[in-house]
Amino acid sequence: MVLDALSGSTPFALSVNGVSKQYDSGFRLDDITFDLPAGYIMGLIGPNGAGKSTLIKLILNMVRRDAGGIEVLGLDNIADEERVKEQLGVVFDSGYFVEVWTVNKVEQAMRGLYATWNHRRFEQYCKRFGLDRRKKVKELSRGMLMKLMLAVALSHDARLLILDEPTSGLDVLSRDELMDILHEYIEDGEHTVLFSTHITSDLESAADFITYITHGRLYFTGPKDEFLDAFRVVKGGLADLDETLRAKAVGIHRYETGFDALLRVEDVKALAGDRRPQLLVEPAGIDDIIRLTNVRKGNAR
Amino acid sequence: MRLIISSVSGEPIYEQIKTQIRSAVLSGELEAGEALPSLRKLAKELRVSVLTITRAYSELADEGVVRNIQGKGTFVMPKGNDVMKAQLARRVRKGLGDVVAAAKAAGIPPAELHAILDETYATQDAAGDRDGR
Repeated sequence: MVLDALSGSTPFALSVNGVSKQYDSGFRLDDITFDLPAGYIMGLIGPNGAGKSTLIKLILNMVRRDAGGIEVLGLDNIADEERVKEQLGVVFDSGYFVEVWTVNKVEQAMRGLYATWNHRRFEQYCKRFGLDRRKKVKELSRGMLMKLMLAVALSHDARLLILDEPTSGLDVLSRDELMDILHEYIEDGEHTVLFSTHITSDLESAADFITYITHGRLYFTGPKDEFLDAFRVVKGGLADLDETLRAKAVGIHRYETGFDALLRVEDVKALAGDRRPQLLVEPAGIDDIIRLTNVRKGNAR
Repeated sequence: MRLIISSVSGEPIYEQIKTQIRSAVLSGELEAGEALPSLRKLAKELRVSVLTITRAYSELADEGVVRNIQGKGTFVMPKGNDVMKAQLARRVRKGLGDVVAAAKAAGIPPAELHAILDETYATQDAAGDRDGR
């Protein structure tokens, strides 16, 4: 019902269609497909090494895909690369500016790069973020570097903002400020955010959509509420962990005095029919789902 | 309008928003025809996802509490409209079901239950905000 409102006229800011990439190391990103409607925040989640950064590099055409197609704001990300990049803003977990440049020098360089560069807006963000224009890139703290990348992204009128682990290593104040800015950014319904993170508390409230990849494969893509509503965490003593439960569980974590298991909602309902009052059934958080879909079934410690 | 989100209540955020807007309408704090904050503005203010607010608003519209006018916004419906009446009646019946079950368990006969009901009704404000629960 929520999606009815979206399916009509809302264009996609990003469409990834059957994208694959094989690395010599043996890692493979396999057949990833998802759409992100314009005007929303999507969280890209998964454990380290799942392929999140590879996927982002493919979208930015920093690595060549082996198969599939990617459209950014309706444009092919390779054939229309120049026009795509004009409308894309990126924030990485580490800087992409020359270390010895000052903030002023960064602006000069960006000005040459983007036809839509807005000096006044950059000035405003520098003030707001407390960015000292005379400071060199290498002198900036992690938080300040993230804010510099954000200021650059927001000053050339990017319509799609892609952030790769922007909050890792940031304190709670900087993360808070970032989330505020993202909410402001999408408020007009025309700006869109793709946000990869392993700090899922940032996404638990802010994200509209979740795309979850693990071991190079797509596990889920869709509204965040559907993702969370699809699972429950079931807890109990080891004696309660019988054959049926083991068979139904998506993942089980056992410890000395009990277990917690991830189950699909429909399977939990079926279990409730058997009346097992000794089991504790709780809503699943994003972390629970990632954690328990990545343990080996049955024998994990 | 006062609208706050609890992060520990366990109740989904869209439900919390629905409950608070519904009580504001029933108590008369929000009047018929009044506009709710825009979806995206409210999402920003509360720092929740746009889809969460979308869901709260559209479910309130299904209940007849508000109405969405394409391109204009979401507006409070007159309190006594049919959809809303039916919804409220359903809630009353549900509440009474619980009451009757409790009365039976306690061995309270219908006549006594009626008396209790009359008494409770009289002591509560006409505008009582416990809306049937």
